[in-house]
This record gives sequence, C-alpha cells and structure tokens, in this order.
Amino acid sequence: MATLRLEIVTPEGRAYSDDVEMVVLPAVEGEMGVLPMHVPFMTQIKPGELVVRKGGDTLHLAVGDGFVEVTQTQVNVLADMAIEEKAIDEGAVEAAVQRAREALARKDLGSEESAAVEASLARSLVQLQLKRRRKHG
Amino acid sequence: MAANTRDIRRRIKSVKNTSQITKAMQMVAAAKMRKAQSAALAGRPYAALLNRVLQSVAVRSQDGGHPLLEARDVAKHLVVVVSTDKGLCGALNTNLLREAAKFDPAKTVFVAVGRRAMQWLVRNQRTVLADFQLKDSMSFLDARMVSRFAMEKFLTGEVDKVSVLFTDFINTLRQVPKEKVVLPISSLAVTVGVEGSIDDAVVDVKDGGLEYIFEPSQGEVLDAVLPHYVHFEVYQMILDSRASEHSARMVAMKSATDNAKQLIKDLTLEYNKIRQASITTELLEITTAQMALG
Repeated sequence: MATLRLEIVTPEGRAYSDDVEMVVLPAVEGEMGVLPMHVPFMTQIKPGELVVRKGGDTLHLAVGDGFVEVTQTQVNVLADMAIEEKAIDEGAVEAAVQRAREALARKDLGSEESAAVEASLARSLVQLQLKRRRKHG
Repeated sequence: MAANTRDIRRRIKSVKNTSQITKAMQMVAAAKMRKAQSAALAGRPYAALLNRVLQSVAVRSQDGGHPLLEARDVAKHLVVVVSTDKGLCGALNTNLLREAAKFDPAKTVFVAVGRRAMQWLVRNQRTVLADFQLKDSMSFLDARMVSRFAMEKFLTGEVDKVSVLFTDFINTLRQVPKEKVVLPISSLAVTVGVEGSIDDAVVDVKDGGLEYIFEPSQGEVLDAVLPHYVHFEVYQMILDSRASEHSARMVAMKSATDNAKQLIKDLTLEYNKIRQASITTELLEITTAQMALG
C-alpha cells in the first residue's frame, strides 16, 4: 500500500519522521485528512490535534500554529509545538494554563507579550483537551 | 635576596588566583556553549523545511507580489550587528566589527544587538536606529522584537535592504563573521539548500506538473509565511552568534588558564633557583667562617 512520508519539525528539532498511511491535520479551515496521492496542497494549521495512522495503529499529537505542505508522497508539518499524547504531563500543563490565565488577567503586558501568552495558552489547552479526550473516550 | 623571593611568591599567588577565575569562566562558558550549540543546531531542520515551503510558495507567486519580496534600488541599507554583551571572548567582536567598518557610513544605518556593537557604533559615529539588549536565555519572542523593527523600517520604505551581520557558528574552534541579507526576500535561491538536510524528493515545480492548492488562499498563506520566515531567520542567526560567543569564550579562557599554569611553573622554577642559590651562599659563608676559625 502506498504510504506518505510524514515529517513534523519544530524550532526545537525534528519531532516526528516516518512513513504513514494517513494524517489528519487541524487546518485553519477545518480538519482535513490526507491520504497518499493527495493533490499538492499548502495551508496553515492552528493549535489542535494531529492524528497519524500507521499499520493499524493510531498516534495522537498535539500541535501548535504552523504550516503544512502536502505533496503526493510527503506531508511536511512546520509547527511551533508538537508533542505526543503520551508525553503530555497533565499536571504541568494545568499549571501552565493557570499561569497564563493569571498573566493575562493582570493586563500589564505589552501587546507582543500578551499575544505570546495567549499563544502559549492555546497550545496548553490543546494538550489538555487531547489528553482528556483520550482518557475518557 | 629575601625581598626578591617574597616578590616572586606574591606573583605566583596572584597568577594562581587569576587562573582560578579563568578556569571558572571556562567551565561556565563550556556549560553555556553546550546549551547554545544544541539550540542552534536543533533549529536547522525547521529552517531547512521552512526554506523549502517558502521557496515553493515564492516560485508560484509573481515577482513583486508581496511587499517583502520587492527588490528596490538601495539608497539606505540597514545592518543589524549581532555582537556579545561581554568581552573576554577572544577576537570574536574584533573580527565582527572589522566587517561592520566596511559598510559605507553615509548609506548605512545600524541596529545594535549586544553592548559591544553599540559601544563601537557610538564611538565610530555611525547612525544607530535602535539598540536591543537580549537576555542570555533568549526566546523566539525576544528575537522577534529585532526582526519586527527591521521589517517595519523596510515596509515603510525608510530602508531598502536589511542584512544581519552575525558570527556564524561552524564549530567550537571556528566562528566566522558573516553578512546575510534578510530583506527583501528575493535572495531566496542563495539561502535555499545551504543547511539542507531535507533535500530528498524535492517537488519539481518547474515542470508545471504540480500545482499547489492554497488554503485559505495563496495571498494569506504567503502573508503568514513570509514574516514568520524573516523572524525565524533572525532568531536562528542570533542563536548562532550566541553559540559562537560561548565557544569563543571557552577557548579564550582555556588558553588563559593554560598560560597562567605555564607562568606559575616558570615562576616556581625561578623561585626555587633563587632559594637554592641563597642556601648555597649561606652554606658557603658558614664553611668559610669555620675554616677561618679553625
């Protein structure tokens, strides 16, 4: 069966690189599934859940803002965060959410800073969401 | 005689103190270097892929389709000089600022990142638009202040070209000052593939066989990718400079420590010689006195 080469890179390094059968991306216009021989495609992604199907296994990752390039044989994901569901530490993320909310509530940040805090809050929330859904679902 | 040995002893002591300090600085620099190096290297796959994405977007868009891509005649050139804050890192800043001196002062305006660059620019009466002090643990956000400032100047037309002068990190022993043009982003072809670790299966865009579909639209994707690309480039270059700084400092401190050790050895030898000489003279005096008496 045809496979896709999936590469996920973040500024901290390469997060994932493997041949997979299907990828589901959180694109800005809505979730989209990508199979091999997809038409060449380029889009932005927003913080959300990225699903990888490989040999009957399903892998869930939380990703941040970024870009995706799809060719017939490849999916390249550039994101500012990519973390596997297993690696998410719920306690630490909750603390981060708490801190970010407090920082936003104080309202003493510059526009640049508050944008950054909001972005990191969105990233944390995505991680939490993914973790909880996997646990209960 | 006694005064001389005391002098030497005092010198040995002070050199020993200095060597302890340089040794400590070497250790600190080594630890920071490892961190900075891994940060600089970790960003490279991302940079390479971003480069590719951008290239495929830019190839499809007509020239001048975006203000950041537009090449103009250069009347004013903005140079961002990335130096260190502290000294004691060998010839790093000297080499960097020698390059900075090559720009025509009449046509060039500067942005300083780091205290050393600022001092040099002020001393040499260059036009300085801004001075950024970045913390030692710099985040992407901190670096974005710099690139955002440069981008604004470029978009308002105050400057027609923006380049960054930084110290390229090659390895622990070699760091080279380098100028890289960041705006306009027309010089894409040059940067693409330089750090290419992901060069397999490059889509042949010239064949026209593959047409990208953009979502929401090409313009919007381009609008998002281009500034992000500039921010990331600048960030990566500052990271490189940081890695260079700590490497250079570690090497400089290591040779300072080695020199101090050598000096201590020489001084100790000198000291022992003088001590031995004085003992010999004393013995000689005693024996002579005894012989005279006997």
